[in-house]
Amino acid sequence: MPMLKRAALAAALCTAFAAQAADSVKVGIALDISGPFAALGAESRDGFDLAIEKLGGKLGGLPAEVVKTDFGGSPEQAVQLVQRYLQREKIDFFTGPIASNSALAVGPALFAAKVPFISSNPGPSPYAGKQCNPYFFGQYQNDTYDEAAGKLANEKGYKNMVIVAPNYPAGKDHLNGFKRLYKGALKDEIYTKVGQIDYAAEIAQIRAAKPDAVFFFLPGAMGINFVKQFVGGGLKDIPLVAPGFSADQDVIQAVGEPMLGLYNTAHWTHDLQIPANAEFVAAFRKKYDGRYPTVYAAMAYDTIMAIDAAVRDVGGRIEDRAAVAAALAKPSFQSVRGEFAYGRNHYPVQNYYLRVVDKDAEGKLTNKLVGTVLEKHQDAYVGECGM
Amino acid sequence: MDAIFIFEQLLNGLGYGLMLFLLAAGLTLVFGIMDTMNLAHGSLYMAGAYIAAKVHEASGSFVGAVAVAIALTVLVAAVVEVLVIRRLYARDHLAQVLATFGLILIADDAVRAIWGPSPILAPTPAALAGPVQLLPELPYPAYRLVLLGAGLAVAVGLYVLVNHTRTGMLVRAGASNRVMAEYMGVRVGRVFSFVFALGAALAALAGALMGPIGAVQIGMGEAILIPALVVIVIGGIGSVRGAFVAALLVGLVDTAGRAFLPPALRAVLPPSLAADLGPALAGIAMYVLMAAVLAFKPAGLFPARA
Repeated sequence: MPMLKRAALAAALCTAFAAQAADSVKVGIALDISGPFAALGAESRDGFDLAIEKLGGKLGGLPAEVVKTDFGGSPEQAVQLVQRYLQREKIDFFTGPIASNSALAVGPALFAAKVPFISSNPGPSPYAGKQCNPYFFGQYQNDTYDEAAGKLANEKGYKNMVIVAPNYPAGKDHLNGFKRLYKGALKDEIYTKVGQIDYAAEIAQIRAAKPDAVFFFLPGAMGINFVKQFVGGGLKDIPLVAPGFSADQDVIQAVGEPMLGLYNTAHWTHDLQIPANAEFVAAFRKKYDGRYPTVYAAMAYDTIMAIDAAVRDVGGRIEDRAAVAAALAKPSFQSVRGEFAYGRNHYPVQNYYLRVVDKDAEGKLTNKLVGTVLEKHQDAYVGECGM
Repeated sequence: MDAIFIFEQLLNGLGYGLMLFLLAAGLTLVFGIMDTMNLAHGSLYMAGAYIAAKVHEASGSFVGAVAVAIALTVLVAAVVEVLVIRRLYARDHLAQVLATFGLILIADDAVRAIWGPSPILAPTPAALAGPVQLLPELPYPAYRLVLLGAGLAVAVGLYVLVNHTRTGMLVRAGASNRVMAEYMGVRVGRVFSFVFALGAALAALAGALMGPIGAVQIGMGEAILIPALVVIVIGGIGSVRGAFVAALLVGLVDTAGRAFLPPALRAVLPPSLAADLGPALAGIAMYVLMAAVLAFKPAGLFPARA
C-alpha cells in the first residue's frame, strides 16, 4: 500500500516541518503616513525603523521581513491592506495603525487568521472589554490617559470644565475616561469632526461657557490648530489639561511658546529614568537630528521589542500561534515605560505620569516629568472581558 | 446664549464663507464659462498654501509670501492649461473628470516628493497672532479679521471686474452663450485662458490665507473641494454672484450647525443621544441646505444661463 505509506510520510514531514523553527519572521505594518494622523504615523515609522535597526534586522534571532504600507488613515483602506497582508504576504505579526477606528476595522480578519495584532498606539475600549481577544495586545487603554487627567483636574481644584474631542471611537473613550474620575461639573461636552481645521465655533462656545479649565483630546494636526486658535482667540488665561497625545512633541514643536506650562498625562515620558528608556531616547535623538521622541515613537519601538522577545521565547516556532500569543502576554523585554504586566484582557497594568511642557537645558520646549498620577492602574473594561 | 456669542459665530461663519467663495468663484467661472469640470482646482489651493508657508518661513514676509504663492500657482496653472486642460474643452465631462482627477493624484505625489508626507506648519504673521478686543466682551483673532477683509475685497474686485469692465463683459458673454459669443467675434480661447489663470490665482490666495489657521497637508485641496462644489451648485453654475451668496449661506449654515445644533439637541433629547446626533447632523447641514435649494430652484439660486 504505497498510497498509505506516502500519506503517512507526508503527514510526518508536515509535523516535522511545523515543529521546526521558521526561517524568517514577517511583520506587516500599516502606516498613517498621509491622512489625518500623518505626523503621528511618521513618528511611529521612525520608532519601528530605529528598533529594527537596533536589532540588526532580526527578530528573536530570525531574519525579519518588514512590509510597510501607507493607508492614509482610512479604515476602509486599512481593511483592504490587511486582506493583502494576510493572503498575499502571509504576515506573522501585525501592527501600525494610529487610530482606534482603523484598529477596530482590521481586528476581525486578523483574529480569524490568528495573526497577533500588537497595537503600537490605539487602545479601543471594545477590545478591552466584551470583544477582548487572545491575539490583541494594547499599549494602554484609551480611557486611562484621561482617567489620570481627570484625577489631575480634581487635584488642581477645577470645578467647571469644558471637554473637547473628535467624534470617533477614541474620542468617546477619552472623554468617558475623563468623566470617570473627574468630580467637578461639566459645562459642555463638545465633539468635533475628525480632521477639523477650524475651531472658531467651538472656541466661541468655550468663551461663552467661561470654564475653570478646558480638557481636550485632539491628536496631531487637530491639536495644533486648536491650541493655536485657542490662544489666538484670547483664551490663554483658561488653563488647558490634556492627555499626552494633545501635548506631545509634534504639537509642542508646531505651536511653540503658547504650550508652556500645559499639564498632560501619559504612560511614558522621554525623561523617565529607566535604562532601556535612556538608551532608546539617546539612540532616537542621534538618528533623527536631536529631536525628542513622542509617545508614538516609543510605543512603536516597544512593539518591535515585544515581537522580538516573543519570537525568541517560542524558540522561533512562530507557526504555533497560540504559543506566540502566550509568549506575547508575558512580556520578557525591557520596556521603555519600565515594568508592566498585562491584565487578562491583554491591556497593560501600568503607571501613568504627569508631564508639564517646559524648557530643557538648551532652551528647547519639551515635556518634563512631574510625578506619578496613577500607580499600577488597570482599565475599567477588564471586568467585561471573558478571556 | 447671548448676543455676543451669536455675533461671534456670525463672524466665524462669514469668514469661512468668504474663504469658500475665493475657491468657488474660480471653480464656477471655469465650469460655467468653459463648461469644463476641473477637479484639480483643490490642488491649486494646496499649492498656494504650501508655497506661501514655505516662502513665509524663509523670508519672514507674509504679504510677499502670498504674492509669490499666487504668482507661482498661476504659472503652474498656465502650464497645466496648455498641456492638459486645453485639450479637454471639447471633450465630455467624464473625460474631464478623469483627467483632472489624475491631476489631483499627480499633484499630491508631487507635493509628497517636494515637501514630504507630513503636514507642514504655516506660521501666523507675528503681528496678527494675538486677539483684538472687538467689543468689551469679545476678543477676536486679529488674523481672522484680516481674512474677512481680504475675502470682502476680492468679492468687490470680482464684482467690478465681471460687471463693469470690458473683459468682464466678454466673460459673461462666454458664460451665457459660448457659440453666440464666438459668432460675435469674441476670442473665446483667450477668455478661457484668462479665466483659468484668474481661478488659479483665487485658489492660491485662499490656500495661502487659510494656511496659518489650518494644517497645511496633502489632501487639503480635496477636503475643501467638496464644500466648494456644494457652493457652486447652490449658487448656480457659472454665476459669481450666486457663488458669493451661496458661499456665505454655506459658511453660516455650517458654523451655525456646529455651534447651535448640539446645545439645542441637548435641551430636548437625552444627553447620550444628543451627543451622537448633534455632530452628525451638524456635519450634514450644508447638504441639507443644498437639497432644499435644489428642490425649489433646480438650476441654483442665480443660474448663469437663463
